[in-house]
Amino acid sequence: MTEHIEWSETEAPAPSAPSAVTPADAADAARLVAFGLQPKLQPARDQEYAELLRRYREDGAFARLADAVAAGLGLVVLEVSPRAGMAVTAAEDSVFAVRMGDYARRTSADGGDRFLHGLAHLAVAAMAFPRPEDLADDGYIGRVSVNGVDAFVRQACRRLEERAEEQGENTDPATEAPGLEAAWRIWARRSAAGATKDARRLAGSTTGIVGKAVAFLTDSGFLQRTGDDNGGTYRTTARYQLQVRDMAGSAAMAELLELGVVPVTDGTPTLLPPQDTDDLELAADAGLPFHASSHS
Amino acid sequence: MTSPASTDSVPPQFTAGARPAPGPAADEGLARRLRALACTAPLHDLDARKANLAGEYSVYGMAEVALSAIDLVTLNMDFDTGADHDQIVARLIPRIAAQAPQRPVAEHERVARWVLENLINVGSVDRGFRAVYGTFTTDGSYVRRDYDFKLIEEVPGPGGTVYLRTTDEAVNVLVGALDTDVTSAQIAAEVKLEVLINRGRLADAQLAAEQARYRTVQYSETLRRALEATRRNVRAVDWLNSVPDMIAEALDHVADRYRHENAILTNIRKARDESEDPEHKRRAAELVDIVKDCIRRHTQLQSRLLEAGPLFRAEQDRQAFATPMTSSGIDLYGHLVAPILPLPLERAVRVTDAFFARGTGFRTPVSVRVSDLVDLLLTPPVEREHLGAEMPEPDLIATPDDSRFSEEQLAAAKELLDLPADAPRRLSGLLAEARRTGDLDLPYLVALLAVHAASPAVGTAYRQGEEKLLFAVDDGTELDDPEFGGADLIVGTALLDAAGMAADRTEAA
Repeated sequence: MTEHIEWSETEAPAPSAPSAVTPADAADAARLVAFGLQPKLQPARDQEYAELLRRYREDGAFARLADAVAAGLGLVVLEVSPRAGMAVTAAEDSVFAVRMGDYARRTSADGGDRFLHGLAHLAVAAMAFPRPEDLADDGYIGRVSVNGVDAFVRQACRRLEERAEEQGENTDPATEAPGLEAAWRIWARRSAAGATKDARRLAGSTTGIVGKAVAFLTDSGFLQRTGDDNGGTYRTTARYQLQVRDMAGSAAMAELLELGVVPVTDGTPTLLPPQDTDDLELAADAGLPFHASSHS
Repeated sequence: MTSPASTDSVPPQFTAGARPAPGPAADEGLARRLRALACTAPLHDLDARKANLAGEYSVYGMAEVALSAIDLVTLNMDFDTGADHDQIVARLIPRIAAQAPQRPVAEHERVARWVLENLINVGSVDRGFRAVYGTFTTDGSYVRRDYDFKLIEEVPGPGGTVYLRTTDEAVNVLVGALDTDVTSAQIAAEVKLEVLINRGRLADAQLAAEQARYRTVQYSETLRRALEATRRNVRAVDWLNSVPDMIAEALDHVADRYRHENAILTNIRKARDESEDPEHKRRAAELVDIVKDCIRRHTQLQSRLLEAGPLFRAEQDRQAFATPMTSSGIDLYGHLVAPILPLPLERAVRVTDAFFARGTGFRTPVSVRVSDLVDLLLTPPVEREHLGAEMPEPDLIATPDDSRFSEEQLAAAKELLDLPADAPRRLSGLLAEARRTGDLDLPYLVALLAVHAASPAVGTAYRQGEEKLLFAVDDGTELDDPEFGGADLIVGTALLDAAGMAADRTEAA
């Protein structure tokens, strides 16, 4: 506690009277939340941030105060630690929340584009944390690349396409009901890349959509760019792991369960769709000699 | 299905596949044919729409150009990347030029780009095509369905570049009967090739060789995708049986084809060298190139196959032998990605929306004060200094001309060395002629230029599009001269194919 008094310029509440909250404490708590709102700021790089984090962890009253400030602003505290900093995220309907309409154009008019952007974010997370353990291991750093994410989703789509072909299903959607088109087809039929006049990525292509997602996540302090290979390579930060594990994953799971889809796994880490565990045939197109044509 | 992977482990779908086909069986076949027909529509469409282009383009056979473009892309698809856009345009131009030789090259290029862009269908969001067709469902009602397909697709290459690949649909349009077992089809094609060559029917042989190459390309394309998939996810493949089987089989295939094609190569080379007929010779030479290309592709395939094993083991070590951890309970792929992909769009989008809403983090909202806004709007834009700071006028000092030879001497030497292409000369003769001019330095310059020409700058001449090039060859004759020693070089002029080189350069660009 002596350190804490030393740090604080005004006289902080003495240990004997923890209930008395001074305006200075409130200011510090708000400052800590403000640090948390700069997701790219590393606690190790900022002395004051690091001190406030330490105070949060050592001083219970201060921690409650900071939590209250965050809650009042419409933020959810995910974790407060030296590695992740003051990891906060926007609660639903908070002013800080990201809305799909602000994120990308065309998303309100076209359900397909809205889905592609959402799936891109989900796929980046799935690629960054391929196994359940990766999501649980605090020390795990995932690596993703833009082209890798696209190829990974395409592979999954191709498996579904092949399965549909094997079963003789006609997956072409009815013209008047585009909403009934199988989701994988939306991704599969969007082109992977496209030439543009100024050599940038075509925004509407799937690599363009994934590229937008990773750039956005980088701005959120969730990814760090490590190189230009494969359309850009990135590594995950502690915040991203927390966000996916504690917020996004469970929210999406809840929504899926509400749709009546209950994914069942036996708990073993599997990247395969659960219904495929007994069917260890080759992955997409591995069947020699040909990619199955539609005329066999 | 003739896939060997499906013979050893029959997926449950097959055993449970007694489910009746949706709709009458005939309708199924009709749908398939309608889809096949739809794939040709973009080609017909090109000829129909060429009238709408500004200019008189009806002389060009657009469908022909389009098919040839699909050919070129298919043949130029590499193991790792696809075909280069500009290269395809450059290779298309000769055919387009042949259709309308009197038209300017710029127009030919414009046609090539127009056709290629239309095959990609640049204007649409999906960069693909859609055809609508109708089928009867199981309950007898009539449903219109959308069939989406692509002919040429753009794929990301290394360094952010975009390459072209032909799709399966395009290859089916191109070579109708491709949906057969590749191995047997290829063996058949090669047996046919050998027979044809033995009988000296090279025109047919070339056709067969080209078909064999299409299959080769498609074969490596299949393997490329398979290896790519295994690199991403070691559990997505059966490393115990299927993959080793597949690799062994593919290696056998490569070895077999390699032996076979080398035999063919020897045969055609013989045919090429022994043939009297120049047309035969040319065809045989082309055939040699095709078969060489096949061999190159096989070699490439083989090296990828050999890399596959170590790659699997490394991935296995990384993924499977990591220390077991407490699980978070969420398997993002198994619990989320895989289940939502088969869902209908309108339901799947709810899950992705939920993930998006909570998985993207937060954005601090931007708030604007009116006073700031006014200031911002009233501030004149900062003049961007495009040109940078002013450069000081440089002080130029005339350097003394200390050249060994004068411009006149160089001109005289050049004139001496301006030899006709069909009449090379000895250095000794050139030196004697140089001495006759009375200029004592000229022989030195001639000797210098001749020695320089012993290693002609072919690359520079190629880049600059020179039409001829001075060269010198040592045939072992000693130079007998009072001033110079060494070899009595043969100096001559080589004519270069400037037009051909220019075409090559545009391709390489």
